[in-house]
Amino acid sequence: MKHVKTLNTKKLQNTVKKGGCGECQTSCQSACKTSCTVGNQTCEQSK
Amino acid sequence: MVHQYKNNGYNIVLDVNSGAIHVVDDVSYDVIALFEENKPEEIVSRLLEKYSEAEIKEALEEVQALKDSEELFTDDPYENYILDFKKRPTVVKALCLHIAHDCNLACKYCFAEEGEYHGRRALMDFETGKQALDFLIANSGQRRNLEVDFFGGEPLMNWDVVKQLVAYGREQEKIHDKHFRFTLTTNGVLLDDEVMEFANREMDNVVLSIDGRKEVHDKMRPFRKGAGSYDFIVPKFQKLAESRNQERYYVRGTFTHHNLDFSKDVLHLADLGFKQISVEPVVAQDSDDYAIREEDLPILFEEYDNLAKEMVRRKKDGNDFNFFHFMIDLEGGPCVAKRLSGCGSGTEYLAVTPWGDLYPCHQFVGNEAFLMGNVWDGVKATEIRDEFKCCNVYAKEKCRNCFAKFYCSGGCAANSYNFHGKITDAYDVGCALEKKRVECAIMIKAAEAELE
Repeated sequence: MKHVKTLNTKKLQNTVKKGGCGECQTSCQSACKTSCTVGNQTCEQSK
Repeated sequence: MVHQYKNNGYNIVLDVNSGAIHVVDDVSYDVIALFEENKPEEIVSRLLEKYSEAEIKEALEEVQALKDSEELFTDDPYENYILDFKKRPTVVKALCLHIAHDCNLACKYCFAEEGEYHGRRALMDFETGKQALDFLIANSGQRRNLEVDFFGGEPLMNWDVVKQLVAYGREQEKIHDKHFRFTLTTNGVLLDDEVMEFANREMDNVVLSIDGRKEVHDKMRPFRKGAGSYDFIVPKFQKLAESRNQERYYVRGTFTHHNLDFSKDVLHLADLGFKQISVEPVVAQDSDDYAIREEDLPILFEEYDNLAKEMVRRKKDGNDFNFFHFMIDLEGGPCVAKRLSGCGSGTEYLAVTPWGDLYPCHQFVGNEAFLMGNVWDGVKATEIRDEFKCCNVYAKEKCRNCFAKFYCSGGCAANSYNFHGKITDAYDVGCALEKKRVECAIMIKAAEAELE
């Protein structure tokens, strides 16, 4: 595309089918204890 | 839902439901703003003053193509999914072990009130901790990776029990085919070579509490007799970070109304050599002099912008560092289920007091209304668990139309409760800052994509 650069290829809606294994880290266990930050957690299956 | 904004010279378009992020030129940016509410010919005529007809039509075609491939203006497919999701059986996979309700510092903003959590000073004994690990294993279902954070107060004030519990966990994980990921959160006062060696062997993550510049840190994190703790802990933290190859740790700080120029604190930590940095806004009542107020927001937004730009500059110079709250994993990020379930407090994640009581998370400890049970009898107040289970972005009116809802997942339940008396609301100042952080994080990704 000439006018648009898309940064990511993975679509969130595609994770509905396969997601939810629950093996990923709990966000408060990483480095935030007062402000919830989930979007930066890594999917265990993509490691 | 689409969110578009300009930051640091980039035109950024976020398609909320698909998570797609587009960096676009000016004509496409303007076309997208008009696309859903206007016919193509109307868009052309409205933009003819700024762009040529050919340019506008070309942009229109590209925008339509993105819509057709479900990367722009996508519908929300999750609202029905959440109904099934609410019925899900929950397991416990993470515990915040309050190994010591005691502390050797007297930090002014501590929600644990110098470690005591509105209660008495206490250390967890081995039997209670052992029972907590047994409870976790027994309630973790098929989950293999289990997390335990040694938290406080200051966990190094009960270090022998920490070591015994790690040994017990390692023994039990083999028997039950589980894997424990231990985290140690410490203020560093009692950190020594023996602790470092053990932590490097056994702790998946170490969280080191430091606020930034010496004067900022010492003002809020003094010893009990009043002297600052900065000089005492910094060399030890530097040594530990190096000994972990600058990985699997965070220096974690809190900024308050007294250091609204907190980007200087983040950069100070980076200049001390730390590569993994997390600095968060304090959560306090309006009556506290250090509380962040709504009128502080414009300054804080500018601070986040400046920090993001500086991080891009440092990345270009090969001198980069991670800032936890700007991290976004665009390719391997969490699935929708994770984004809907949020932090997991009250369901997957529980806090355990030194005497074995269970609470939805560390921030609820000491509030008897949220006492859920104990590690011997398990979760008895299942209504509390169910309340947290149903707490998600679709249950929160403020989140429904927020572009950041799949990044913060509805925010912190404790913050919501502290400010509004219920967990299904949202802490407004926190929301404003979270939205700004998401915007900055995406801008950094746009800048990094240019470097590639």
